[in-house]
Amino acid sequence: MMRFSTLIKHPADWMAGSQGDQGAVLTSRIRLARNLRRHPFPGWAKRDQRAAALDLMRPAIEALPAMKDAFSHELGDLSPVQKQVLVERHLISREHAARSEGSAAVIERRQTFSLMLNEEDHLRMQAIRPGLQLTAAFEALSELDTELEDSLEFAFDPTLGYLTTCPTNLGTGLRASAMLHLPGLVLSDQIGQVLQAVNKIGLAVRGLYGEGTESLGNLYQISNQSTLGESEETIIRRLERVISQVSNHEGNAREKLMEDDPDMVSDKIGRAYGVLRHAHLIDSKEALNHLSLLRLGGTLEFFPPETVMLCDSLLMDIQPAHLQLHSGRKLSPEERDSIRAEIVRSRLQSLESPDNRKPSNDDRKISEPPNPGDA
Amino acid sequence: MKCDFCDTKATVFLTQLVEGQMKKVCLCDACAKDRGVTDPTGFSLADLLLGGLPGGPGAAPVTPVAGTTAGNGRKCETCGFTLEDLRRVRRFGCSDCYPTFADEVTQMVRGMHKGTSHVGKVPEGLMAQQYRHQRIEELQSRLDQAIASESYEEAAGIRDEIRNLDEVNP
Repeated sequence: MMRFSTLIKHPADWMAGSQGDQGAVLTSRIRLARNLRRHPFPGWAKRDQRAAALDLMRPAIEALPAMKDAFSHELGDLSPVQKQVLVERHLISREHAARSEGSAAVIERRQTFSLMLNEEDHLRMQAIRPGLQLTAAFEALSELDTELEDSLEFAFDPTLGYLTTCPTNLGTGLRASAMLHLPGLVLSDQIGQVLQAVNKIGLAVRGLYGEGTESLGNLYQISNQSTLGESEETIIRRLERVISQVSNHEGNAREKLMEDDPDMVSDKIGRAYGVLRHAHLIDSKEALNHLSLLRLGGTLEFFPPETVMLCDSLLMDIQPAHLQLHSGRKLSPEERDSIRAEIVRSRLQSLESPDNRKPSNDDRKISEPPNPGDA
Repeated sequence: MKCDFCDTKATVFLTQLVEGQMKKVCLCDACAKDRGVTDPTGFSLADLLLGGLPGGPGAAPVTPVAGTTAGNGRKCETCGFTLEDLRRVRRFGCSDCYPTFADEVTQMVRGMHKGTSHVGKVPEGLMAQQYRHQRIEELQSRLDQAIASESYEEAAGIRDEIRNLDEVNP
């Protein structure tokens, strides 16, 4: 069985590269909720009933070809830091991390699938992909789900669809979501308007770590709320359409900012670069917000394009539990700020200042901010 | 002050807005318990008032809402989840709670989603079964039509077809 250290050592497939569309869409996630027929739901089950459900599900999941050599552990066997690292990687939910005995996590080697056993529902399955790939993620996960049906009997009703603990998940049991980086819309003060419009068509907008979390680093999650009365394809198609539109708005906003107020943009990105390159104490909020601007700089040719990926992996590695795992011990907040700054400085060591960077057009003066429209 | 339901001394006093009007009810301990008043989430004064407070407004003409006050004590046979549990946590105990609390499910789901009946993926084993149910329903309505128009020969054929489909059903 895969060890925790092996799982975490490598960046997940989905962290390595959001391509196209100026990197506005970081990741796509699909979650399916399923329950065993006639077994009490985890929140209502007695200890032995929960164990019985787990004993049914775990072998069936581990036997799936896709889950060969997967990471599979009961939550009681993981340390609080290990659980928190999984939360920071979006592999398990905060709610699931709070559980111990009787609940488990099975995570595919490349971290593209992760299954939570005995979360709010018996089974919460998730597929993550880089960029805007909701359809591909759904197809892969649905296949996994169909394979599981051979060995597990899921609770299903012809009218209500898949039966879930909470009626808000009835029907498809599907939650499709994408993580978006929207600094252009934030800097141009259009974000409120755009998010309101998204909300109006029945989609939810949340911060970095889901329900009730604040938006840091200009990162937003958009997801469906309704799960009953529409097919998976309809839900996903609408979401993909809306996300592409938001992503286009973001692209336009960035272009417009560069045209209207290049000094402001250069100033923000330059300051972020300065702070991140030279800070010795930095808390995660400050780091996230500056990394967000650095990432923006990566898409606007202030920095080489691979800077976007560098920022995405830093985004993960500077989170508190990742830092503690990295240092192998519990850290005080001050120690964390110091180690965080150290990691950021060392990773950005070879990143040239935007002032030294030659614009792609030869005849342009060095002091002039690069314009993505000319590239 | 006396209880509105019996002559015992009232200890529980409730004030609530019902249809825009302030309503007050006084109850004794026993009556309060009987009517689920002690569970703050599960109780609505409207049910109490509309459901037959002696001499209360609208007591006579209005029939109690199905599955509200009348459903007290209802319980899922499979997992023991009660109506009170449902009202408290707004979640269910197991898959069999859904048919057990069908009326409450209908009420909860209304307005929660884009629709009220499932469209989309169906577990493979159930697909055939669902198709069969649908087919039987279709045939049944054709059978009714055939009988209505007195085409008995056709009706007999349809009846046999329904029988065949029914037999496959475990």
